[in-house]
Amino acid sequence: MTARTDGLGGVELTNVTKRFVTPTGAAMTAIRDVNLRIEPGQFCAIVGPTGCGKSTTLTLAAGLETPSAGTVKVSGKPVEGITRGASFVFQTDALLPWKPVVDNVALGPMFKGEPKKEAMAKAMDWLQTVGLAGFEHHYPHQLSGGMRKRVSLAAALINDPSILLMDEPFSALDVQTRAIMSNELLTLWDRQRPSVIFVTHDLEEAIGLADKVVVITAGPGTVKAEFDIDLPRPRGAVQDIRFDKRFLELYQQIWAALREEVEQTYSRSAIAAKARGARA
Amino acid sequence: MSAISMTAVPEAASDEASLAAQARARFKRHKQLVLLGQVAIFLVIVLGWEIAARTGFIDQFFFGSPWGICVRLFTWARDGTAYGSFWLQIWVTLEESLLGFAAGVSSGIFFGVLLGEVPYLAEVIGPYIKIVNALPRIVLGSIFVMWLGLGLPSKVLLAAVLVFFVVFFNAFQGVRSVDRNLISNARILGASRLQVVRHVVFPSAMTWIIASLHVALGFSIIGAIVGEFLGSQRGLGLVIATAQNTFDANGVFGAMLVIGGLALGAEWLMSKIEKRLLAWQPSNTRDSTIQGI
Repeated sequence: MTARTDGLGGVELTNVTKRFVTPTGAAMTAIRDVNLRIEPGQFCAIVGPTGCGKSTTLTLAAGLETPSAGTVKVSGKPVEGITRGASFVFQTDALLPWKPVVDNVALGPMFKGEPKKEAMAKAMDWLQTVGLAGFEHHYPHQLSGGMRKRVSLAAALINDPSILLMDEPFSALDVQTRAIMSNELLTLWDRQRPSVIFVTHDLEEAIGLADKVVVITAGPGTVKAEFDIDLPRPRGAVQDIRFDKRFLELYQQIWAALREEVEQTYSRSAIAAKARGARA
Repeated sequence: MSAISMTAVPEAASDEASLAAQARARFKRHKQLVLLGQVAIFLVIVLGWEIAARTGFIDQFFFGSPWGICVRLFTWARDGTAYGSFWLQIWVTLEESLLGFAAGVSSGIFFGVLLGEVPYLAEVIGPYIKIVNALPRIVLGSIFVMWLGLGLPSKVLLAAVLVFFVVFFNAFQGVRSVDRNLISNARILGASRLQVVRHVVFPSAMTWIIASLHVALGFSIIGAIVGEFLGSQRGLGLVIATAQNTFDANGVFGAMLVIGGLALGAEWLMSKIEKRLLAWQPSNTRDSTIQGI
């Protein structure tokens, strides 16, 4: 395992609250008093019920949003504006449909001012790494969902990020493709060892990939519990580790914590639906 | 699975081939029928008009006749008009519309993207643009002729104003509907605001802008012709106005036909450009936009 040498990465959220105010003046608290610490090079998965503010945590770490209270630090420095050294992988591919695959991957270096030729050469290398040699000049719509996800990964990793933020990146993929992509993600992560915050609904995915699983409460979200995943690395195939005894133990522990929150969210949405029905 | 399909291949292949041939034949027949219908309609209208005019069922003086229109066009082409050769008139109108189109499109894109990118400006200027858009802008032609005289600039300006609003609203809407994720992603990757506009916002809005160009092209020709109508020394609009004043129905129809031809040619060119600019789109969505008339 190769640790990062620059010591960068690591995310620290201290008493972070984020409130969104709508134009009509109504405030919605997405997360409340979140304390979270991710070490440099650590792979952290965040699980929680729908609408608990998991994604908000990512946008705060990326610097796309500023916290209403509390501090967000990345690589030891408070976040001001867009976080340097961060990359983001979205649930839907954030690829530019009018650019061929290689141009999409080359965007990172190009935005940083690298000459076009070098950026393209780098992008070619990365496409090779993610197994897409020969597809450089295809447009995104000509690729399958799994291939587009590989392009997204290459585009995110080409900048050698110290933190990698992933918002349910594989949830739109079918189960088999998702398993393959999970394995590849681990391989790629091991090359550069960025800190990862991986938001997901899927507890199996979270345990299979991460060093640490954080459970967030029903919205407004706050950290309910943290679990260290002591499964040895390299983990091998994510599909196989699911049958590991330790994996099942961890799964039961974490699910016990998560279940209450999920149930609470469900009952709340049921009540809300009933109220809407009554009004209508 | 593979064993089954392999034994089934030879039989299936011949079947496939005959099915494909049948489908092709059906498709060809369908196309021929469509063409036949189109030609039939053309003949019925043109011949019906000609016969009605010759038998005196309709008054040739007011309604003209297809043959009369052909003769009129021929004499124009051979002898020219009272204010120079016929080709010159066509060229003048074409020049005015194209310049107006270029000016209107570029300013429309510029202000559309600017207002789309700066919400404050959009909120402040928005109502005024809506007011101006609600006015019958064609009347501005009179003012432009007063300001700029009978020459080319007044027509170009009128055409540009008509084109501007069409392109502006589409560019604005296009900028507003850019996928937020694409912008966030570009910003995280280190793009400056200008780079976001150049690499994400503008190309994304381009689909909207291109959709407006067909309508805009029609408007640029209308602007030029109406401008000439309102006061000019050359151009197809003047040709029509003169024909009207001399009760030359064939002349009006003839000039109309030429303008239609110009518009069709421009439209064809536009489709080519559109196809090129939108080469990145999946082919099924592109086809449907072209066939959707």
